[in-house]
Amino acid sequence: MDFRDSPDEAAFRADLRAWLAAELPDDWADREPHVGRWDFAAAKRWTRALFDAGYAGLTWPKEYGGAGLSPNHQAIYLEETARVDAPDHVGVIGLGMAGPTIIAHGTPEQKAAHLRGILSGDTIFCQGFSEPGSGSDLASVRTRAERDGADFVVNGQKVWSSYAHVADFCILLTRSEAGSQKHRGLTYLLVDMHTPGVEVRPLRQITGDPEFNEVFFTDVRVPVSSVVGEVGGGWQVAMTTLLHERGTLGFALTARLEALFGRLVTTARKTGAATDPLVRDRIADLYVDLQGLRFTNYRALTALVRTGVPGPEGSVAKLHWSEANQRLTALAVELLGPEGQLSGEGGFWGGYWQYQQLRSRGNTIEAGTSEILRNIVAERVLGLPRSR
Amino acid sequence: MDFAFSEEQDMLRAAAKDWLADRYPADRVAALADGDGRDPGVWRELTELGWLDPELDLLELAVLAEEAGYALLPAPWFSSVALAAPVLGGPPAVPPTLAWIDDAAGSLREAAGTVAVRCDHAVDGCRLTGVKRAVPDAAYAEAAVVVAQDHDRVALYRVELAAHPETVHPLTVVDGTRRIGELRLDGTPAERLDVDPGPALAAVRRRALALLACEAAGVAQRALDLAVEHARSRTQFDRPIGSYQGVSHRLADAYTALALARSLAYRAAWCVATDDPAAEEAVSSAAVAAARASVGGCESAIQALGGIGFTWDHPLHRYYKRAQWIAAFDGSPSRHRADLAALILG
Ligand SMILES: Cc1cc2nc3c(=O)[nH]c(=O)nc-3n(C[C@H](O)[C@H](O)[C@H](O)COP(=O)(O)OP(=O)(O)OC[C@H]3O[C@@H](n4cnc5c(N)ncnc54)[C@H](O)[C@@H]3O)c2cc1C
Repeated sequence: MDFRDSPDEAAFRADLRAWLAAELPDDWADREPHVGRWDFAAAKRWTRALFDAGYAGLTWPKEYGGAGLSPNHQAIYLEETARVDAPDHVGVIGLGMAGPTIIAHGTPEQKAAHLRGILSGDTIFCQGFSEPGSGSDLASVRTRAERDGADFVVNGQKVWSSYAHVADFCILLTRSEAGSQKHRGLTYLLVDMHTPGVEVRPLRQITGDPEFNEVFFTDVRVPVSSVVGEVGGGWQVAMTTLLHERGTLGFALTARLEALFGRLVTTARKTGAATDPLVRDRIADLYVDLQGLRFTNYRALTALVRTGVPGPEGSVAKLHWSEANQRLTALAVELLGPEGQLSGEGGFWGGYWQYQQLRSRGNTIEAGTSEILRNIVAERVLGLPRSR
Repeated sequence: MDFAFSEEQDMLRAAAKDWLADRYPADRVAALADGDGRDPGVWRELTELGWLDPELDLLELAVLAEEAGYALLPAPWFSSVALAAPVLGGPPAVPPTLAWIDDAAGSLREAAGTVAVRCDHAVDGCRLTGVKRAVPDAAYAEAAVVVAQDHDRVALYRVELAAHPETVHPLTVVDGTRRIGELRLDGTPAERLDVDPGPALAAVRRRALALLACEAAGVAQRALDLAVEHARSRTQFDRPIGSYQGVSHRLADAYTALALARSLAYRAAWCVATDDPAAEEAVSSAAVAAARASVGGCESAIQALGGIGFTWDHPLHRYYKRAQWIAAFDGSPSRHRADLAALILG
């Protein structure tokens, strides 16, 4: 047990700090926090800089354009970038889900076609899993993929697809065997979003942002070479995606929570609430949540580095983070009092907390609802009988 | 970054687990807790097993503390290795404890400032007078380190309890496996220890909180195991009750709280062991999370067991009471949060 950086990790951290200091504008640290989502074009430029400096895909194998480093380096990257509130890599879904899935199950051609573009930010992926009739019960998806010569013809509707309005490709879960039930007969496709018959309709979220979308597929022809894994074996491939979505996300989320906690402290000082014993108690309580998450992530990380599989304790990261994030942002808004009703001009930090607080309500729904995650902990970790 | 125990530490854990399971099955713990609480011979056994070896570092003690919590070890081990032995130095020949609470001092920090028990100087040495309260394992210990006032400052003294049994007053307690009692000192002879009380008590506090957080993780794990076992086997409405989310989700939350608390407990032990600058924050964070996981975890387990969980016969209540003992040690979770707030907000 040793929580200090190894010499190699310390050097990586120092280099990264220096790089971030050089790349970010001089007044970056003094500016007010950014409200809402990053501008897409700016995020793409930042991603390109990350890529050119070798900071995109730190844990990806070198042969696919990654840096071939350990998860510890990735954790350092996430901590350091969150610490200075650097923008995120633009390809959240590509980098975190589609890419790892292609690395695990993709053909050499698929790897050659997609991985480098994901890292550089040139290829944006979206995730087409949820449907109007299939949310938590993902295995009930009905979007059809019918074989016709060298193609699959896709018909159906997906919903809540984040970034679909800017995406180049979609990881799409389809039913390729008519009449098949549940996990059987599903096929996982990489669909070019510019193919005729793909229609994206943005949906406005609780924050006002159109971040997720409905996607309609009408006779969309997808070449058979775009199947990831086996035809009919899409469920296993989708599970790899979800594992990465929920598992490796923990660190990024906790690092961001830490940055938010720092801003909560600043807000408490600025509003005068920092001397209120009740507020102090709640801030300390949130701090314990944050520290608990941080060190539980480290524990899962060491298990991953040592054994190749994350420890069971990692399964609680997203579950607990989402609820801690909701408590933290709600407290911040509460500290603003009536001013908390101003979400733009004249509002504290231009409505930063109001946006964060509203956005946080999605955290317990996206990437597996908290109820589903509790089912998973109960059934897979504790070994309790299935609830359904 | 490396957050795992070493192979040797894992072996130590496995050996401790085996010995505890063999030595202290639930009915034996119950008999001791409901009897006079004393298990003659265990001190010698612990010495032979190396549990009292002053060479053990805090991470090794952390491993033992967690397993001791899981088995509810009813021996004066904690009061020795966490509270008294570090002050006395060397391997303890007889079970020692620490007495710090009295009318003027409610916590270890306060005890480093002023206490009510006073030291008088007689021709033949020091004599202590006054009442020390909430002394862990008072009735078990044969020696005590007592914090007493010597004019304008406090000092630490050793009192031979075995030679002065009249000073020891066992009291009726909640946790029968780790009893607290009173020392009623009345001109009791004592030997002054050559240690600086301020740093010594601060070190005891950090060490005790780190080890208790590990012990709490063991307690919470046992409660969760008992609850899961029951939820799998007990059937109502033709289904195992663990298939109802009202039951399973609460246990999933108990698991989550335990995962977080365990991480913070280990980290606290490491910070204290290495004298890390974050040690104060680490023990406070660990104490808050430990109380939540162990007291809350036992409460969830009691609920999952239904009527049987409410009985004296079922072992669960003994874990609950130990969890409450831990949460009450030297303060309370809200006290620890106030300490954290002071570190974060000034
Ligand atoms: C911000 C955001 C971004 C998203 N991005 C994407 C994306 O990019 N791609 C994508 O495919 N999807 C995306 N989703 C969709 C998300 O995965 C689904 O919303 C989620 O899986 C829940 O499905 P649902 O909305 O149909 O709710 P339902 O499954 O209908 O659930 C409704 C409620 O019932 C509960 N419930 C359902 N089943 C059970 C059960 N067995 N036990 C207990 N309770 C249960 C749920 O927990 C929930 O509280 C996103 C969602 C959000 C909020």
